[in-house]
Amino acid sequence: MDTSKSNTKKAAEDKDLLLPKKPYRTHGGVHVDHMKNTAETESQELPTPKKVIISMQQHIGAACEPIVKKGDKVTVGQLIADSTSFMCAPIHSGVSGEVTNIGTIIMPNGAEIKTIEIESDGLQTVCPDIEPPVVTNADELYAAVRKSGLVGLGGAGFPVSIKLNFSPEKHVDTLVINGAECEPYLTADYREMMEYPEDIVEGTRFVMETLGLKRAIIGIEGNKPAAIKRLGEIIKERSLNDRMCVLKLGTSYPHGAEKVLIKACTNRAVPVGKIPADAGCVVLNITSVSFIAKYVRTGMPLVSKRITVDGSAINEPKNVIAPIGTMISDIAEFCGGFKQEPKKVLMGGPMMGTALYTLDYPIIKQNNGLIFMGQKEADDVKPSDCIRCGRCVAACPMLLTPVNIQHFVERRDVQALNDLCVMSCMECGCCGFSCPARRPLVQYLRMAKSIVKSGR
Amino acid sequence: MENSPNTPTMLSVSSSPHRHSGENTAFIMQDVLIALVPAALMSIVYFGWRSALLIGLCTGTCVLTEYICRRIMKRKQTIGDFSAAVTGVLLAFNLPPTLNPIFAVLGSVFAIAVVKQMFGGIGMNFVNPALAARIFLLISFPSHMSKWSLPFFYMSSNATTDVVSTATPLAQIASGKAATSTIDLFIGLHGGCLGETCALALLLGAMYLLLRRVITPHIPLAFIGTVALIALIAGQNPIQHVLSGGVMLGAIFMATDYTTCPVNKTGRVIYGIGCGLITMTIRLFGSLPEGVSYSIVLMNILTPHIETLTQSSPFGSEVKRSGK
Repeated sequence: MDTSKSNTKKAAEDKDLLLPKKPYRTHGGVHVDHMKNTAETESQELPTPKKVIISMQQHIGAACEPIVKKGDKVTVGQLIADSTSFMCAPIHSGVSGEVTNIGTIIMPNGAEIKTIEIESDGLQTVCPDIEPPVVTNADELYAAVRKSGLVGLGGAGFPVSIKLNFSPEKHVDTLVINGAECEPYLTADYREMMEYPEDIVEGTRFVMETLGLKRAIIGIEGNKPAAIKRLGEIIKERSLNDRMCVLKLGTSYPHGAEKVLIKACTNRAVPVGKIPADAGCVVLNITSVSFIAKYVRTGMPLVSKRITVDGSAINEPKNVIAPIGTMISDIAEFCGGFKQEPKKVLMGGPMMGTALYTLDYPIIKQNNGLIFMGQKEADDVKPSDCIRCGRCVAACPMLLTPVNIQHFVERRDVQALNDLCVMSCMECGCCGFSCPARRPLVQYLRMAKSIVKSGR
Repeated sequence: MENSPNTPTMLSVSSSPHRHSGENTAFIMQDVLIALVPAALMSIVYFGWRSALLIGLCTGTCVLTEYICRRIMKRKQTIGDFSAAVTGVLLAFNLPPTLNPIFAVLGSVFAIAVVKQMFGGIGMNFVNPALAARIFLLISFPSHMSKWSLPFFYMSSNATTDVVSTATPLAQIASGKAATSTIDLFIGLHGGCLGETCALALLLGAMYLLLRRVITPHIPLAFIGTVALIALIAGQNPIQHVLSGGVMLGAIFMATDYTTCPVNKTGRVIYGIGCGLITMTIRLFGSLPEGVSYSIVLMNILTPHIETLTQSSPFGSEVKRSGK
């Protein structure tokens, strides 16, 4: 710390860096039923699937290029695809076996993307090259995390190494751990908290100390009291409670949205169009830090994922640990199949998840939920005319006005959409959720963003 | 891959979110109708069958007009959202109890056909249909629209004469004699439009709307607060001003009409204050004894401008965190 600073300024800064006792106020938000049906069931490991299809697009950012070819033998943890792009994380095989094809798949957004198809030999031979990384400073941590193939495991799937690679000029001082898990149904993060709480605390401490951050705040929604208690106990046992704390958040959605979480934990606002580092924060998902702790211990890259399988159409809702690339139909079968025909299948939670067009689709790294909705649950009511009730305005955590944005989208008015700051939208779905006329407001917002981006 | 036999049926694909609060327009309008029930019952108690007739007639005509309009325009039928029924009841509430039913029908047709459907139906009208219709009747048929009768006139012995005329409390204030006690004003024992007299019943409705989160308190509080404040400044009894005339009905049910009021909180407060200001300006300086309808309609017209002026900047737009 700069010693030339006056005492008062230093005192103010120290006060700013205190660990919060209560969450700060956030804007908007809605109350969504939690439906955490799978919260108290132990996660189950999926028996090694016969075939996996690994998409080269596992997250936001650039796609990877396969570095294996048809006929190659691969082992668990072996690097099979990489990219030189900054916005990317390498991909490793989750099964041992033989590459049977380099194919393509149509993603839900319509893009065609390369895949590596691997037929498993069932032996799960571990790659001989795997060894724990040596991490003593921030640069080594960045390199190790990049090598591990880690992407944000909360759902958005931003390559984690980029989040850690902030410039020192940003004066980042706080590590915020996202344990909100505010999406309905999803309990994958909660199971991580209950099954590996030590790894979470260790990973948080490790990242905080390696990056030289001053405090770490683990934000967890108030609907997970057992996890809050358990993590709090471990922090105390390890006498980390002077710089690390668990913060019980309110239970309104979307407390897990990065900018909302930062506001709730630190009372800071991320400037429009900027990243958390501009508010002095690094935000990591709770399962991501737990993974970092495990990776530093074992060196096993990100090859499998815990996924909450739930929804009105599935027989046995549970958390499944499956290799990346497992087919959704295999996971559904493992969960007892369907009790009714699924009408809508979601990757992710019901508020922000993507609807899939087929069950023949592999899971990817950023997946944390598979929701199989039956006819009744998926029933889409046709939109009616907007009555200008203002519920979307009250619900928006980013203080936008979806009610007006929809009209400008229909008129394709780039200037007006720019003035309404549509790029701040994070597509959390609060507006669409609360709209009594069932307007597809998130869809309008997505169109608004693409209109602004393309300028027409 | 797309035609794989494993895929059981066509999956439905849509934009997120895939859950919904379950609220819909019809539920909201039904809540408004429920909130109007106490006032409707009190008006029937006070003004007898004429109230029931006017409320029924206005509601029926509004719904029928909406049905016919949508049919003629070949658009999706919208009578199921109950918004036309709400307009009908609110229009009836703004009529003198002894009004000739012909005028009530005329007003209802005007409200739905001209003010609402010609501008595109629900959500598109720029002024409140019920109030616009009331003003239309008031300007077109001033003598019919300002015949006031005392509560329970239908029970009095000389009920054969069609109307037992009385002055409204506001006319009394304007002429300098406050003859109605506050209690009478509160429970509605005075002359006036059929739904506006009983403040107690209207407040019950307001409580219901607030509890059900159909309305936010911003507009009613700003409106009523401004009226009381200006009355106080003008040296008149603020309670008399708030409880008489259409302030309660206007502030709770008319000014809060979604379509014609601003969507954000700051805008709503400004709008409420504006309604109060214009109401009191007309009451204190205008030639009319009452100004609630005009004030709300004028503020309706200003709503888009208020919204532009109070446009909130997005979260994080005012942050300057440099070199900390």
